This record gives sequence, C-alpha cells and structure tokens, in this order.
Amino acid sequence: MNAPLASPVESAPQSTAPVLEFRGITVSFDGPPVLNNISFSVAPGETRILLGPAGVGKSVLLKTANGLVQPDSGTVAILGENITGLPERTLIPMRARTGMVFQEGALFDSLTVRDNVAYQLIQERVADEEVDERVHTALRFVGLEQTFSLFPSSLSGGMRRRVAIARALIHYPELLLYDSPTGGLDPVTSTTIIELIVKQRDVYKTPSLLVTHRLQDAFTMCSHRFDTEKDAMVPLPEGETHTNTSFLMLNEGELIFDGSLHDLVRSENKFVREFIE
Amino acid sequence: MAIESIDRAAKEFVLSLQEYFLFATRAALNLFSSPVYWSDIIVQCDIIGVGSVLIVVFAGFFTGGVLAIQSSATLEQFGATAVTGQFVAMSMIRELGPVLTGIMVSGRNASSMASELGSMVVTEQIDAMRALGVDPMRKLTTPRVFACTIMLFFLTIVADFCGILGGAAVTVFMNGQNGTQYFSMAYQHLHVRDVLQGLAKPLFFGFIIASIGCFYGMRTTGGTQGVGQSTIKAVVFASVLIIFVDLLVSIVMVSF
Repeated sequence: MNAPLASPVESAPQSTAPVLEFRGITVSFDGPPVLNNISFSVAPGETRILLGPAGVGKSVLLKTANGLVQPDSGTVAILGENITGLPERTLIPMRARTGMVFQEGALFDSLTVRDNVAYQLIQERVADEEVDERVHTALRFVGLEQTFSLFPSSLSGGMRRRVAIARALIHYPELLLYDSPTGGLDPVTSTTIIELIVKQRDVYKTPSLLVTHRLQDAFTMCSHRFDTEKDAMVPLPEGETHTNTSFLMLNEGELIFDGSLHDLVRSENKFVREFIE
Repeated sequence: MAIESIDRAAKEFVLSLQEYFLFATRAALNLFSSPVYWSDIIVQCDIIGVGSVLIVVFAGFFTGGVLAIQSSATLEQFGATAVTGQFVAMSMIRELGPVLTGIMVSGRNASSMASELGSMVVTEQIDAMRALGVDPMRKLTTPRVFACTIMLFFLTIVADFCGILGGAAVTVFMNGQNGTQYFSMAYQHLHVRDVLQGLAKPLFFGFIIASIGCFYGMRTTGGTQGVGQSTIKAVVFASVLIIFVDLLVSIVMVSF
C-alpha cells in the first residue's frame, strides 16, 4: 500500500471555492420528499462524513451530488459548475472528473479487475501499456495487485470494495464520493477500507463526501491520520481530531446536523444524541 | 373505484408507450453521433447472430417440413401436389421465415438483454457506468439494437433457406415427389416483391426485439424479482409486437 497514484502536490487544491455545494435541494419519488431543502458544501481538501440510519436518503443525496439523481428543486454546484437540470450528455464529462465508490462496489461482472479499474481509461483509448501501469499502481494502492487478471466473482466483499476504490481513484478525481464503503463488512476489513480512505484524504487531499451509518468508522477517520513513513494509519494525539474532517447528519430527509466532531458529541439534538449513544 | 383504476392503468400505459418511443428513438439516433462503440456492436452481432444460428436452422428446417406435409395433403385433393415447392417457398419467405425467426430470437435475446441489463440496474452497475462518464444508452443499448436489426436480417435468410430445404426433404423422401420439380416451382413463382417483403420485416422485428429487451432491462426495479418481471415483459411484449407489426407491414406491402 505504498505506491503513489498521483503526486500530492499535483492533487493539492488551488482554490478556496467549494468543490461541492448543495443549495435548498429537494428530491422526491412519487411520495413525500426523500431529501427536503438540503444545503451544505464541501471545501477543497475537506472530508465530510454524512451520518444517518438506513433509509433516510443518504445514498440519494450522494447520487444527487454528481447528477445521477436530479433534484425537484434547489441547485447542486460541482467543481464550480451548476449541474442542476443539465442533460445527460453534458453531465457525463463532468462526472468523469469525480470518483464514486458504490455500496456493494458495483463492479462489472463480465470484466476482469484490470478492465474494471481501467474502465475510464479504456473508454478514452489510453495506450495499453499506460493502462496496465496505472492499474498496477492503483491496485498496489489498495493492496490488491495480485487480483489484476481475476473476475469480480472470485473476490470477497472487502476485496470488491477495495477494487471499487482503485477504480474511483485511477482517473485522479477532483472529488470523491463514497457510498457506505464499509457496509456489511467485518470490523477488520472495515478498518482496512477506512485506512485507504484516510490515506487518500491525508496524502492526496482529495475532497470527499462519505456516507455511512457506522459511527465507529466516522470516529476512526476523525481520530487518525495516515503516517507515510510507517505506511499505516496512526492515532492522533489524545484530544486532537482531524481538522479537515467534519460531519453532516440526515434524518427523514432533513439535514439535522452540520459541524465538527466536537460539535457532534456536544449536540443537544435528541436524534443526534440517540444516534451517537 | 373501478373507473379510477382503469384511468390509472390507461395513463401508465400511455406513459410507458411514450417512454418506449423516446428510448427507442434515442437508441437509434445515437448511431449518428459519436461516440459509437463499434467493438461492442461486433460483440453483440456475434452473441445475437452467431449464437442464434442453430435454433434458427432447426426452427426453419422443421417448419418447412411441416408446411410441406400439411400442404401436400390438401393439394393432393386437387391433384396439385406439384406446387408444394411454390407453397413452401412463398410461405417461408413472405411470412413464416421472418416471424418465426423473430419470435425465436426474441425468446433467446430479448430475455437475455432484459435480464442482463436488469441485473446491472439492480446491482448499481448502470449507475457506476454513468458515474464513470460513460452513457449506458450508447454503450449498452445502441450496440444491441443495431446488431439485432442487422443480424435478424441475415438469420431470416438462413431460416428461409433451411425452411425450403426442410420442405424439399419431406417432399422428396416422404412424399416421393421430384426434387427438381419442387425447387423449380419454388424458384419460378417467387417475385422480387415477395423477397422484399420477407426481407423488410426482419429489420422491423430486430429493432423491436432489442429495443423492447433493453427498455424493460433498463427500467428494472425491485431486485431479483424485478429482473424476472422485466424478462417476462420483454419476451411477451416483443413477441406480440412482432406479430402486430407483421400484420401492419403485410397490409402496407400487399397494397402496393
């Protein structure tokens, strides 16, 4: 897990404008709103963790962020461009600038790990030698270089998520969206996945929005940093939290919390208290 | 209450029809703007065309044989068994070749397209493709529609050929008639108009099979059960629509 995907300097943010901005977003599907008047932003280099129980609209919010779901009202701006109401043809090149890790990995069953990870590069007709090199680098980053020629059906759930992370990173995304990357995994595998996300956050400083209902993952991300010398995730000193990692909490389509870990643990909102306790 | 449910069902039907027409139009128009995934079109030609050859050969051969048996029994009453070849060739080329091939290919490929794309929808692979900056309509639907339209044309020719051969086998080996006479009657009474009619139909049928299969696959909801439902709907609607369009095309072409 020590191969660089891109130089951290290259990936460093150049502007202070929000990478992702939701303004009054409402989404509904033949019924009451799944998301109701949601507003928040993700700054360059920032990691935002979206918490909430299952079925409150977290995945819908994530899919709204890159235009996979169109809102009924409000605006979504991604990398400074308003994507609300844009046709699919215009959205496609915009989405290619972001990386998304789906809940179950969403790997293409009929393609090998190499072709899954290199999917975007193959569509762009990048030379085979460069594709192989970049796939090896991405797979080394997630510690799965040996799976290069395998099909997704022969991988475990955790390995599929790690391949999905490699696929999301290979194109040097300017924003990363993680949809419950540890959902349904055992604690050890979950920690491996969280370590990869922390590594991406601390080494490459790619802004990200991470959806999870697992509080322990969120706290691990806040209380740890990636040590490049040890090539491992290490705890921050007692009482310190990661400054660029903050929280959002969703309940029944409403954004009920937006703030730091410090604010979260001291929140007096009844639902927040119940959730973290 | 009953009026309300009829009203809702009618609205849903009209909405589905509108969505299908938009979907099918987009699938066809994608072929005239970049990117066009030619390698996927070739792969689909192999899967749909080469993969369906065997069932089309057998279906065509046996149908031709059945036509020869049934027609010769009737024609014998009028002392006209000599025209068996004409009857079999005309029936196969104008009607049974295109329709049977369409229905056989629909059973094999509309179901396969609906279940494959449906599985991709429920496992978020379609969303993943969109998130990776690739349009699933261009990548998955257009190659299938184009490949199916082209390959059904050639499969129909194969079915027609095998049907005439099947009729010949029955006529010669079971009915003890002259093979040269059979082929001569089959050839002499065949007009360009008959051949055109028989070759125009598979172009419509191929488009229907793939567009219906992909349409139901892409709008799958509700997990694995939804995939099953989409597959059933795709095969049923494609088969019924093939027969309906066959009627329309026959009316139009016979009237000219």
